[in-house]
Amino acid sequence: MTRAILALENGAWFQGESVGADGDTGGEVVFNTSMTGYQEVLTDPSYAGQIVTMTCPEIGNYGVVDDDVESRALQVAGFVVREASPIASNWRASGTLRDYLSSHGIVAIADIDTRALTRALRSDGVKRGVITTTGADPEQAVERARALAPIEGTDLVTQVTCPAAFDWPPEGGAPGKAAADAFGVPPVRRASRPLKVAAYDFGMKWNILRRLQAHGCEVRVFPATAPASELLAVDPDGVFLSNGPGDPAPLDYAVKNVKALVAAEVPTFGICLGHQVLGLALGGATYKLKFGHRGANHPVKHLATDKIEITSQNHGFAIDPDSLPGDVTVTHLNLYDGTVEGLRHTSRPAFAVQYHPEASPGPHDADYLFTLFLDAMEERR
Amino acid sequence: MPKRTDVKRVLVIGSGPIVIGQACEFDYSGTQACKALRAEGLEVVLVNSNPATIMTDPEVADRTYVEPLTPEVVTQIIERERPDALLPTVGGQTALNLAVALGESGVLEAHGVELIGASVEAIKVAEDRLQFREAMHSIDVAVPASAYVKTLDEALGAVETLGFPVIIRPSFTLGGVGGGIAYNVEEFREMAERGLGFSPVNEVLLEESVIGWKEFELEVMRDAADNFVVICSIENIDPMGVHTGDSVTVAPALTLTDKEYQRLRDIARRIIRRVGVETGGSNIQFAVHPEDGRVVAIEMNPRVSRSSALASKATGFPIAKIAAKLALGYHLDEIPNDITRLTPASFEPTIDYVVVKIPRWAFEKFPQADATLTTQMKSVGEVMAIGRTFKESFLKGFRSLELGRSGRLFAQPEGDSEDDATLQRHLAVPTDRRLWAVFRALQRGWSVEQVHEVTKIDRWFLRQFEDLVELGREAGLVGLRDMSVELLTTLKRAGFGDADIGAITGADAAAVLEQRREAGLRSVYKRIDTCAAEFESFTPYQYSTYERECEADPNDRPKVVILGSGPNRIGQGLEFDYCCCHAAFALREQGFETVMVNCNPETVSTDYDSVDRLYFEPLTFEDVLAIIERERSVGGEVSCLVQFGGQTPLKLALPLQDAGVNILGTSPDSIDLAEDRDRFSRLLWDLGVAQAPSGIATSREEARAVAATIGFPIVVRPSYVLGGRAMAIVYDLSALDRYITEAVDASPERPVLIDKFLEDAFELDVDAVADSTGAVVIGGIMEHIEEAGIHSGDSSCVVPPYLVPERHLAVIRDHTRRIARALNVIGLMNIQFAIKDDTVYVLEVNPRASRTVPYLSKATGVPLAKVAARVMAGATLKELELVDDLGVSGVFVKTPVFPFVRFPGVDTLLGPEMKSTGEVMGGAETFGAAFAKAQLAAGQRLPDKGTAFISVNDHDKANVGQIASDLAALGFSVVASRGTAAYLRAHGLDVEVVFKVNEGRPHIADQVLNGQIDIIINTPLGRESFFDDLTVRRVAMMHSVPCITTLTGAVAAVSAIKALRSQALDVRPLQDYHAEIATDGA
Repeated sequence: MTRAILALENGAWFQGESVGADGDTGGEVVFNTSMTGYQEVLTDPSYAGQIVTMTCPEIGNYGVVDDDVESRALQVAGFVVREASPIASNWRASGTLRDYLSSHGIVAIADIDTRALTRALRSDGVKRGVITTTGADPEQAVERARALAPIEGTDLVTQVTCPAAFDWPPEGGAPGKAAADAFGVPPVRRASRPLKVAAYDFGMKWNILRRLQAHGCEVRVFPATAPASELLAVDPDGVFLSNGPGDPAPLDYAVKNVKALVAAEVPTFGICLGHQVLGLALGGATYKLKFGHRGANHPVKHLATDKIEITSQNHGFAIDPDSLPGDVTVTHLNLYDGTVEGLRHTSRPAFAVQYHPEASPGPHDADYLFTLFLDAMEERR
Repeated sequence: MPKRTDVKRVLVIGSGPIVIGQACEFDYSGTQACKALRAEGLEVVLVNSNPATIMTDPEVADRTYVEPLTPEVVTQIIERERPDALLPTVGGQTALNLAVALGESGVLEAHGVELIGASVEAIKVAEDRLQFREAMHSIDVAVPASAYVKTLDEALGAVETLGFPVIIRPSFTLGGVGGGIAYNVEEFREMAERGLGFSPVNEVLLEESVIGWKEFELEVMRDAADNFVVICSIENIDPMGVHTGDSVTVAPALTLTDKEYQRLRDIARRIIRRVGVETGGSNIQFAVHPEDGRVVAIEMNPRVSRSSALASKATGFPIAKIAAKLALGYHLDEIPNDITRLTPASFEPTIDYVVVKIPRWAFEKFPQADATLTTQMKSVGEVMAIGRTFKESFLKGFRSLELGRSGRLFAQPEGDSEDDATLQRHLAVPTDRRLWAVFRALQRGWSVEQVHEVTKIDRWFLRQFEDLVELGREAGLVGLRDMSVELLTTLKRAGFGDADIGAITGADAAAVLEQRREAGLRSVYKRIDTCAAEFESFTPYQYSTYERECEADPNDRPKVVILGSGPNRIGQGLEFDYCCCHAAFALREQGFETVMVNCNPETVSTDYDSVDRLYFEPLTFEDVLAIIERERSVGGEVSCLVQFGGQTPLKLALPLQDAGVNILGTSPDSIDLAEDRDRFSRLLWDLGVAQAPSGIATSREEARAVAATIGFPIVVRPSYVLGGRAMAIVYDLSALDRYITEAVDASPERPVLIDKFLEDAFELDVDAVADSTGAVVIGGIMEHIEEAGIHSGDSSCVVPPYLVPERHLAVIRDHTRRIARALNVIGLMNIQFAIKDDTVYVLEVNPRASRTVPYLSKATGVPLAKVAARVMAGATLKELELVDDLGVSGVFVKTPVFPFVRFPGVDTLLGPEMKSTGEVMGGAETFGAAFAKAQLAAGQRLPDKGTAFISVNDHDKANVGQIASDLAALGFSVVASRGTAAYLRAHGLDVEVVFKVNEGRPHIADQVLNGQIDIIINTPLGRESFFDDLTVRRVAMMHSVPCITTLTGAVAAVSAIKALRSQALDVRPLQDYHAEIATDGA
């Protein structure tokens, strides 16, 4: 057993067991309350720069599954659990969590009081932290945590976006698509004709692509920095703005491009970071939440219908509703804290949600949003 | 949408007596629902035949009917109370079945009563397996292949295509009664026949076997706006084939990927919509194929259930309370989450701990019963444990079971004759002892894979067990003295109790505690908050673990720690939880901070709403002491109340006192004195109170000597047991020898008590409260209907007494006072008296809460347990304005209910060992009517005409004549066995002879089967005709023919029949009875 230490910028530190790769890692320490779906979390590019703590204590029980990835790599900066299962017990599993973490170079710590950690993050806000397995003393580790750049103001998108544009489904088939379809919900309807979506990859989860595909869309995925003109050049039926990591504020290029797309009146749909970027492009402002929303149980009210959706969430920033101009309407609210969960332009075909209708992990309650996107695209022509 | 305004008066139906498959979880849910409805300003009319419930406390509802749960009686209540709506979803299967019956008969419509929570249609789709199957097909949800049959021939035809093994499920029965798994045609024929008989509609579903598949449950809720949430997922460690009530289960589900879990969630939502449960909670069960993930839906309960009680306790989300509000029209987002206060109920709880539920069985009470676990539930109770990891939770659960030596997973008592083949069989056939076999196998070096092959238990759980076995082995090798702090820490973090470590290392638990203290190793407490710490919580609902941060945050107010009664078992159940709850309510009113410790998820006591601080913990010395130490760590006086939870906390009284804990009320020494035969006999002698001759034996020789002195028959029993465990009446030496061998095994540390058996004596129970000034108020003198020799818990009883002369009652009252004072009782006391040959004997004194306290409280209108708790905390009876002994208005009969129907082959004969699981109460103006009601409530419909069969032993013949002629006078035709008939004829009664079973055919069993017999009076004839009697009794039970096995019972039945014929039974709420007592007293 290798010892590991998790140290926080506030001087707190925890000693536990290393259950991933040897070495050091640093990032913003956050917690996720989802009881399933740790593999989807690990591979979600929105977690770039973050050390993720799972509040559910038994993690790794069902191992890892080749199909259940949300990108081509593990994305978290580090991983914190109470217990990391020594075995994988599931008919779909191809290996254990511990091996997965080690072989992908993810530093991870187990056997610490994750509830104490979560309570600290909740009451005092998320913290920069370091996990080290190299025998460093706790004070050194705390110092290293303090030396990390804060996530606010950092552009993490450029680290996770695709290097060049590509088509989805890729040739040879979409990874995980068969499994996602087999376990997911069938789309309410498919596009009445083939629809072409141009998508910005700010750190896109593959399940968004799988869902767009399931709804009958062909997607051309562009790097985050591609100018709007490149997207418009493919004559898309709609534009999609993906999720992604970190603070939306420094993403000037993205905001500028989205403004241009909205002005072109192309139906636009954004998720998570894409929602924040759309909000900024429409004239709003964002702020950092104390400890963010990360989990699969957040209730969101769809104001148009008064219906409650249980949603998958992963964000540390939110849109300030007071900053929104008159032609932008808040469409969804978080029932935990009243934060903005969705918005829509009143005269242009642009809308977005802060949460994750593609789920993975999490409930499928909000899949209707893809249908709304179809509606918008089909209506336009 | 805000609450509906058109519903003002709601009828809530409870679940009736505690039976296997339907226990106090429905008191928990029903109480929650009543409280929630009243908080919304509605008037609540409640009907429940079970007096031991909190829900039937007169302050919980506006009108409380402790009346039989039959369509006729509930119709009368509806006619009288004219409710706007009926909530049928919080009273288990009983309430649902009643609601359907009332709906179908048109009663609801005729009186304008709306069903809220679930419609008749929805109930039928969920409950009728054919309709359910078709509904599932219509939404593309797979179900096991099945066939629906109404006759044995159809069944035999269908099974040819389904193959073996095949599951047999009768429609509309409770907890799967009458169901089973058949592996061959012979078994199949028997089970199919039985199942058809049990189903009230004579329908049985035969189902493709999914034995060995993984089993999951989702507890879901839906509101009128079609919002849907999953409250909790539950995984069964025992795969399909074992009823979920008999399975060890864990929450949350631990071996499903997110994709698989979300698929179940999606299907669950489709199911609740399709079935049509518009508001409320449902439980949906799934089987998942372990090798390919195929999912089939097994069943859906459109109501709160045992699992929803578990889910509520496991998550902190009060399902029944929310369900009641949803039924009134609220939407989930309009109801706040009690625990976080700031967030709404429209969310899915997430948990950062692991919950394990373990059933507790009572096969020791039914030695002839088959302990194989099948689709028919057999357990009588359960424990829940909470830990931060599965291992911790699992071991805490095992220690909560209170099984003593036999509960040990490690250092199990050697089964030296168990070869690998035997062990394999113990693994392959699921029984109550299978998990112990799993541990033995792993200790023997079997691999996870080998054990999985045989048991189909998921490898993940087996690997956890293997880790535990490995840790145990390591600890055993090192021993306690050389154990490193690191290993000790690892063991404690993995859930090992001090006693476990002691057993493994051959040390004393006290030594482990000592070593732990030296190492500074103590438990901390974490809170259950529905949200994994995402939000602040305001409810001190806690569990222990060994981690860094403690959230207990005790205050320095004066506190009382109330120790609950642990898992329900025969002899210790709901009644004691009722008393603990009442103690908590009273002490809270008196200004104490109330702290509850209990591990039973079914109870009201483990509702975080019931007390100020709740610890969901095992009731062991280690766990309780740790809580008390934590609670007093900030100063403030902390006392402990041990007398209300039955034997479980009582056992801890002396050790806790020795550890410096202040015990409230009657001192542990007095409790011990009452249990100590020698000391107690001397005390009675000094008081001049008559007692049956008695003695104590620790060996066979001593036992024989005692028997020689006092003479047969004798009653023998181990000391320190409740519910008459291993108690027997012995008539001769050889039976005594046999008994001593068994009893010594039943209670190794304690000697065997021997009393002269007072044959044919009247028995009476007295409950009284005494205070520190020596004042004593008698709550009631309860006369047993059955004579001495039947365990008091199994005997019907009546208050006020109806056959005992006043001079004896005066002696009883006098003895009660003197004994209470001599023992310095402060609080409750129960005494059992017997009257024989005009002498009043004291059989037993228990200075603690008894099983009859709730019944007596309901009858008298005085909450005795509350009074006692206040007295224990220092009040005097005078201050509480209690001076006179309590009285009742009317007559109240308590009648037990038995689980025999679940245990084929088990004799229904009563004896000194308690076998009943629950009780009902009947109240009326006359004894006969009250007894008739109690019988009806217990499921025994006494006939008002027809044929009576009488067969009694010689001893009883002298007294049977009057009964027979009374029956004849009531118009019954009387038939009898040859001997009894001869006697009756000799005394001028013309009766026909019917063959006994071994005398030729058609015999009495044939006649019962043919419906020719309406009531049987059959007193036991002794060993030679034992099997003959047994057959008659079982046949009668299976065909619901009342079979009375005591003459006093027969006399009572005759007066009940008289009452049934002379007047219609009417209904009356407790509030009216109690008002009348108040008036009488004024």
